[in-house]
Amino acid sequence: MRYFAQVRALLWKDLVSELRTKEMVSSMLIFSFLVTVVFSFAFEPDSDTIKQVFPGIIWAAFIFTGILGLNRSFINEKGNDCIMGLMSAAVDKGVIFLGKMTGNFIFMTVMEAITLPVLFVLFDYRMKGSPILLIIVVVLGTLGFAAIGTFLSALSVNTSNSEVLLPIILFPLITPLLIAAVKATAVILAGGEFAEWSNWLTILLAYDIIFTVIPWFLVDYVLEV
Amino acid sequence: MLKAENITKKIGNTTILHGIDLNIAGGEFITVFGPNGAGKSTLLKILSMLMKPSSGNLTINGVNALKDTARVRGSVGVISHRTFLYDNLTAEENLEFYGRMYGIDNLRDRVTEVLSEVGLELAFNDPVRIFSRGMQQRLAIARAILHRPEILFLDEPYTGLDQQAVEILNSVLARLSIKDRTVFMITHNFEQGLDLSDRILIINKGRLAFTEKAKGFTPDKLKKVYMEVLGGAVS
Repeated sequence: MRYFAQVRALLWKDLVSELRTKEMVSSMLIFSFLVTVVFSFAFEPDSDTIKQVFPGIIWAAFIFTGILGLNRSFINEKGNDCIMGLMSAAVDKGVIFLGKMTGNFIFMTVMEAITLPVLFVLFDYRMKGSPILLIIVVVLGTLGFAAIGTFLSALSVNTSNSEVLLPIILFPLITPLLIAAVKATAVILAGGEFAEWSNWLTILLAYDIIFTVIPWFLVDYVLEV
Repeated sequence: MLKAENITKKIGNTTILHGIDLNIAGGEFITVFGPNGAGKSTLLKILSMLMKPSSGNLTINGVNALKDTARVRGSVGVISHRTFLYDNLTAEENLEFYGRMYGIDNLRDRVTEVLSEVGLELAFNDPVRIFSRGMQQRLAIARAILHRPEILFLDEPYTGLDQQAVEILNSVLARLSIKDRTVFMITHNFEQGLDLSDRILIINKGRLAFTEKAKGFTPDKLKKVYMEVLGGAVS
């Protein structure tokens, strides 16, 4: 029970800090808005091309913006050496991972909840499938991204060029997640059948489980001094 | 209470600590002196389990602290050069956060108690980012004693403190000493270091160069010994 109380406390601390400064969410929102606007100028809203590239645009906006948030999540712990404070407080490193991952997931979800409707409006896109299914895909994709991203953010935070290093090590690892998310989104937007999207959803779910459990076990070594 | 055997720390090709052996009894107040770069802070980090040694053994209250770290970490408090505080949280929120991490019962009462101990009861609702260096260090003291640690490690705690904060720190240390808590403090200040000390250590070039009971030492005598041990080098 104490384990999850610690996760909750860490999450509460990150949410309160973010609500006060709005550093992470505001920069993520501005960036996602810019990406959305650039794409809306690049493609004609009523063209056939947009039907093919729209799922990719959604995930490109989410992923590029998400990296901004990931970069900041452990940098906040470096100020005043707070990460040492957590270590000295007998906090299991798995607690730090789960707390940070949940925080990153929430910040990304907030950004996505605002960006997604804007994308639909700007591209005048009418989806044929179920909005609930689309939400499930977005949630699963975001969860996997937050899990592996949080782990790699912890890994790269002590390097001098962490903001450059993180995307370099992150992109190869999220390729399966990104392909599954884009494909599932495309099928669901087009109103595809269960058989068409269920495999992609299974891949997303498997990725989420694997890339939450493995980093949770390995984070002890990553945060070791 | 604490037993360190043959503690060695290597970073790359550089050896920071060369086989340090140290026995600290319960309730003992140890003050460590040494020039910059002698390995004092590294030793403190290893003894407080914030860093792993390259080799050696560390036992705290009979528990192997290097293998069973989680079991003994709660009995240790650390005050460093850095405060370990979150700038965007208030003083109270910082302590409540750390209190939840330690799993402290009756947290509200304990937070109020330690805030008044360090003289910050009126600033409890102010964000740490507007605190002066002295106030931040006082809050860091409150954070370190919040969970009533058996051993308190202090790394140059007087650095950047105003007179009020120095007095508060001294009174906190005196109270801990009366309560038979073990204290391991690094300082460059001979007078403040001697006041409450039971034992003096001097570390030089990663080695324990001098250890003696503090009784009978005056700041001048300590300075003379210090210079002799360091071969005339001034820190």
